Amino acid sequence: MELRRDVFQAIADPTRRAIIALVAANAMTPGAIAGNFDSSRQTISKHIQILTECELLRQDQQGREIYYHFNPSKLKTIADFIEPFRELWDDRFNKLEAIMKNQRKF
Amino acid sequence: MERKTQVHAEDGKQEIFITREFDLPLDVLFKAYMEPEIVEQWMGTKVLKLENHPHGSYQFETTDPKGNKHRFNGTIHEFVPEVKITRTFEMENSGFPVQLEFLEFASISEGKSQLRMQMVFKSVADRDRMLQLPFAQGISMAHDRLQEAVQKLHNQ
Repeated sequence: MELRRDVFQAIADPTRRAIIALVAANAMTPGAIAGNFDSSRQTISKHIQILTECELLRQDQQGREIYYHFNPSKLKTIADFIEPFRELWDDRFNKLEAIMKNQRKF
Repeated sequence: MERKTQVHAEDGKQEIFITREFDLPLDVLFKAYMEPEIVEQWMGTKVLKLENHPHGSYQFETTDPKGNKHRFNGTIHEFVPEVKITRTFEMENSGFPVQLEFLEFASISEGKSQLRMQMVFKSVADRDRMLQLPFAQGISMAHDRLQEAVQKLHNQ
């Protein structure tokens, strides 16, 4: 439960969500991540630290550089990730149902 | 609130089950998978090809808010009206391996039917990546909205 609360706190912040979105597309160095924001590198580094602590980001040392990856695999809260997927299909199937109900009227 | 669509993804397995009950008779539900014009409407995609028979294939195309086109395709292995569809699914140029899909249709009562969909992935990691896509897209959209808001502030 401790981890779960931390994860929600972590993704409640818009800058941290933006960092996840960036890193989910491509593994990035802290410098490259900071380059996407107007905030100071220190501020971004603090956000990265929080995301790493709650295991949403994973560090990978490549030579002298550290790369950050999006890492939801250690989460026990896989349901958090399933929900948007479920909503995607729920939305499609709701449309299917509505369309077919309409069709039957003709 | 009642959850009409259910998703089961057991930890450490390389499959996902999606089940859904429809307030539609079985033949009407199945029709939504047969007619390209109807598939287009509910999948929110353009249907470039849909050959509903064994060894047939399909190809869909979607356009994202940025105008980028994404194509999906697959091959139909089994197509038994009102019973089942077995097919592969592939997102073109995505780096995701092909997945296998089993769709089973069943009648519950005169006006109700059910669809059970099983997706099988190449690996557990691939499945988890696929599950994360809507999540990542969701936060990416939140990011875009954030950028728009910031842009508006700058412009004022």
